[in-house]
Amino acid sequence: MTYTLMFYESQEDFAARIDPARKEAYLAGWTHYVRAIQEAGIGVFGSGLYGPESAATMKRRGGEVAVQDGPFPETKEQLGGIYVINVPDLDTALEWAARAPVETVEVRQNIPAL
Amino acid sequence: MTTHQVIEETARDAYGRLVSYLAVNWRDLQAVEDALGDAFLAALETWHASGIPEKPEAWLVSIARRRLIDRARRTRVSESALPTLLALSEDTQRLASSHAAFPDERLRMMILCTHPAIDPAMRTPLMLQTVLGLDAARIASAFIVKPSAMSQRLTRAKAKIRAERLTFEMPDAEEIPERLDFVLEAIYAAYGSGWDEAAIADSPRKGLAEEAIYLGRLLLQFAPRDPEVYGLLALMLHCEARRKARHDEEGSYIPLSEQACTRWERSLIMEAEQYLHAASQAGRIGRFQLMAAIQSAHAQRLWTGRMEWGAIAQLYEGLIHIKPTLGALVGRAAAVAEAYGAEQGLALLQAVPPAEVVSYQPYWALAGHLYKRLKLREDARSAYSFAIGLSADISVRQFLSRQASEL
Repeated sequence: MTYTLMFYESQEDFAARIDPARKEAYLAGWTHYVRAIQEAGIGVFGSGLYGPESAATMKRRGGEVAVQDGPFPETKEQLGGIYVINVPDLDTALEWAARAPVETVEVRQNIPAL
Repeated sequence: MTTHQVIEETARDAYGRLVSYLAVNWRDLQAVEDALGDAFLAALETWHASGIPEKPEAWLVSIARRRLIDRARRTRVSESALPTLLALSEDTQRLASSHAAFPDERLRMMILCTHPAIDPAMRTPLMLQTVLGLDAARIASAFIVKPSAMSQRLTRAKAKIRAERLTFEMPDAEEIPERLDFVLEAIYAAYGSGWDEAAIADSPRKGLAEEAIYLGRLLLQFAPRDPEVYGLLALMLHCEARRKARHDEEGSYIPLSEQACTRWERSLIMEAEQYLHAASQAGRIGRFQLMAAIQSAHAQRLWTGRMEWGAIAQLYEGLIHIKPTLGALVGRAAAVAEAYGAEQGLALLQAVPPAEVVSYQPYWALAGHLYKRLKLREDARSAYSFAIGLSADISVRQFLSRQASEL
C-alpha cells in the first residue's frame, strides 16, 4: 500500500531554506530523513516544493478561469514537499511521519492505480 | 470545590474501580462504559441542584445499574442476566448504606485486558481505557495512531470479549505467573517504546509515563509477592528519576553518561532500589528485574562517582539469555564497548542481523558513536545520518548532528 506524506512548513522553515546561517542545518535534516526512508526500502517518490510565494493557483468560477498568485488556501503553514512511501499500513506511515524534520505532516493513502 | 471538580476528581479516582466492579458482574464492557458515562452526565445535572451525595460512587453505580437494566429490557438480553443484575443491585444498596468500599476488581480487569485472545497491540490501549478512563483520542496520540482507527480497534476488542465470553475470573494458580507476565508487558508498553535512556528520549510516546507508573503501583497492591512486579516498578522509577536530567535548560538532550547526578530525583531512585531489593528476596530472576538492575547500576554513579560497565555488560548478557531483544543486543554492545574497547563493542553490533536494524534508531546512534571512536569517519558519518533520519525527537536529532559535526 502506498501513502503520501505531506510536509507542511512554516514561514520560518521556508525562510531557513535560503538563510545562509540556517540553510545547511535545514537541508541536512531532510538529507538524513530521505536517506533513512530509502535505506528502509520504502521510498517510492519524493520531492520538495518551492515556497508558496512561487505558486500560481488556477480557479474556475462559473466556467471562467481565474489565475491568482500564491497558494490556496492562505494559511500559516504551507505544503513544502511530499514523499510517497510503500508501507503495510497507516500506523507505519504515521511512524515515519513522526520522524520528519517538520512540525506538521498530513498522511493519506494513495488510491491504487486502476 | 465546585460540583464539576468533585465529579472530575471522583472520575479520576474511581472510574477504573467502578468500571471493573460493574464489568465483572455484567460482562459487557461497552455497555458498562456507556452506562457509567451516562451516570457521570446525570451527576453533572443533578448534583448541581441537589448537592453532592454522601457516597458519590454508590450514587454513580446505582444510576449506571439502572441504565444497564433499562438496556437489558430494551434489547431483551437473555433472561439469565437478570439474576446477576438483581444480585448486583442488592450489592450496590448494601454498599451504599454501609461503610464498606466497593470490592476492587481492577486486577481482574487488568488480567482480562491482557487475555491471550486479545491482539497484543491492543492490550495496553484497552487497559488504559478501562482501568484509567483515558479517552481513545489521547491513547491514539500516545501510540501515533489515527484516532478513529484507535476507537474502532477498542470497540472491536470489547466486542470480542463479549462475543467470545472471555472470562473475568481470576486464572488458576498455576496460570497466574504467565497471565501476570502479559499484564507487566502491557504496562511496560505504556511506559515507552524503549526503556534505555536513548530510546526513551527519542520516543514520541511521552505522555503515558505517569499512567504506567500508576498501573505498576496498582499491580503491586494486588500481586505483592511476584518479584517481576517489583522489577517493573523499579525499572520505571529509575528511568523516571532521570527525566529532568535528560535535557538541559535550553532543551538540549544529554546522554546518560554525561548527566549531572545532582539533577536525578533521589527519592525515586531510593524507592526503586527498595523495590529491587524486595524483588531479589524472592530468588527468582526475571526480565524486568534485570532491566531494573541495569538502571540501578547506572544510578550507582550517584554514590560511587564511577560507572561499572563490566557489571552492566554482564547484566545485559543475562537479559539476552532470557529474551534477546534488539534493545538488549544494542545495550550490551554499548556496555562492552565501554568496558573492553570500541572494537569489541562494534563486533557485537555488527553481529546483529542487518535486516532487523535497518529502521532501529538506537543501533545507528551507537554505530555512529563507535565508528567515531575508532576514527572511521566515513562509516561514522553514514551511521549518524541514519540515526538522525530515524529520530522522532528534535533534541536527539540536534545532539546527533553535533556529534557528527565533530568528525
